[in-house]
Amino acid sequence: MLCMICKQNAAQVHLTQIVDDKIKKVDLCEDCAKHKGINDTAGFAIADLLLGLGAAQEMAQAGGGEEIKCPGCGFTQADFKKAGRLGCPQCYTAFAEGLESLLKTMHKGTKHVGKAPRSFRQNRDLADQLKQLQKKLDRAVTEENFEQAASLRDAIRDARNQLEHVLPGAKP
Amino acid sequence: MNLQEFLISPVETARRAGPHDRIVLSSRVRLARNLRSAAFPGWAKKAERVKTLEVIRPAVESLPQLSGAFSETMDNLGPLDKMILVERHLISREHQAKGAGSGLVLNREESLCVMINEEDHLRMQALRPGLQLKQAWMAIDQVDTELETKLDYAFSPELGYLTACPTNLGTGIRVSAMLHLPGLVLAEQINPIISSVNKLGLAVRGLYGEGTEALGNVFQVSNQMTLGEVETDIVDRLNKVLQQIIEHEENARAKLLEQKPKMVFNHIGRAYGILANTHIISSKETMNLLSLMRLGVDLEMFPGADRALMDELFVMTQPAHLQKQFTEKLAAEERDVLRADMLRERLRQVGRPAPKIPGAGARPLDKRN
Repeated sequence: MLCMICKQNAAQVHLTQIVDDKIKKVDLCEDCAKHKGINDTAGFAIADLLLGLGAAQEMAQAGGGEEIKCPGCGFTQADFKKAGRLGCPQCYTAFAEGLESLLKTMHKGTKHVGKAPRSFRQNRDLADQLKQLQKKLDRAVTEENFEQAASLRDAIRDARNQLEHVLPGAKP
Repeated sequence: MNLQEFLISPVETARRAGPHDRIVLSSRVRLARNLRSAAFPGWAKKAERVKTLEVIRPAVESLPQLSGAFSETMDNLGPLDKMILVERHLISREHQAKGAGSGLVLNREESLCVMINEEDHLRMQALRPGLQLKQAWMAIDQVDTELETKLDYAFSPELGYLTACPTNLGTGIRVSAMLHLPGLVLAEQINPIISSVNKLGLAVRGLYGEGTEALGNVFQVSNQMTLGEVETDIVDRLNKVLQQIIEHEENARAKLLEQKPKMVFNHIGRAYGILANTHIISSKETMNLLSLMRLGVDLEMFPGADRALMDELFVMTQPAHLQKQFTEKLAAEERDVLRADMLRERLRQVGRPAPKIPGAGARPLDKRN
């Protein structure tokens, strides 16, 4: 591979940066890199640099050599390596395995805890409520408070029904 | 609708005030959202992008917050219009390159801007002058909440809002502020500040996010992680860091005035000398010198001049804003001459810098120091 600037020497410095969420790759020879001051990336967006490089590797490892293809849009791992972006929302399911470790290095956590659309918010609230009720029920049973246990069981059934109603097929 | 007629004049936008606007130029919160059943814009074929645009655009236009908004497809905007939008930080460089199948909806106040089919189906952003991250978050949260009743978002209870790039996954939020930090640059403290901000998982970029060069001593600080944290926590965390950077900048300025007043006055005096007398000047040099004059205004070295004039010139001297004042197409060399003409004319009202000892509370300068 030749240096992108002088187009004469072999590229030895390979820089991958995410600039405004877009992965940019630059291949330079040592002279041009020094000229551009690229040996001093420490001050700037080094995290971007590492994330960008990590992404492709993680995906390659996860595939174990076999090419996974998204059933929704036909996007492949090779495409992800090239673009640094996914093809469609369904890709997150198709490439779930490879993405998990990538997300770990990229983010604070791997579980979303922020805002959710209204239907999901209701769902989440109901699920929380259900957990609370279940806890109370367990306590009532150990305390042999069967009268309370019976009413709690009814409440749980109602909440389950509601959950199904809000989001058919959704897991609590 | 004509974009250039719609846009607010920089004379007016430069006069918008906000908390800490001496150092914080603007605050921004953007959210990335996608439709459940369509490929992301970067992977979708043109026909599919046109279709999603036709679904999203009317939904966005129907929001009360965007009534009377400017709404257009990107192929209907000329290259100059797009450049002007970039120079005003209303659209990204990536969106500037888009054509058919992408669109833009911008409200009257230029405080809400929705890019359709940029990297994601929806990139909606709220902008505020000065440090107002919380207000910007509340504004865009409201727009998003209304929009979710009209559009079927791609959302997973586990991963949150699904985005084209995994770096935006979860909340899809990018909280950022544009900071003017000439004190830290002159005091050569900017690099340690940047690396410690980076260690906190925040990104520091230049004026247009390109490389390490921060034109005009303007830096953009933003969050990088979007998954595993609640939006308000991200906003609060950035807020705290920004408060600290503001404090460091103010300290750097006070210390410079105390220890190296001649160096500071020299920079500002030379900046004024060049800008007020130049006949050929590039936009890059202009920005760097205007930054120093802005610092001079902050240090009360230019009686009668205000920060708004500097901010206005900062926008008006950029290539596309300069070009739009002339009907014929200007070459870069011609722009450099016309830019210089404009600066000399506008700075005629500003008197020569008069260094003064910083106001009440500061210690008097020791001349032997």
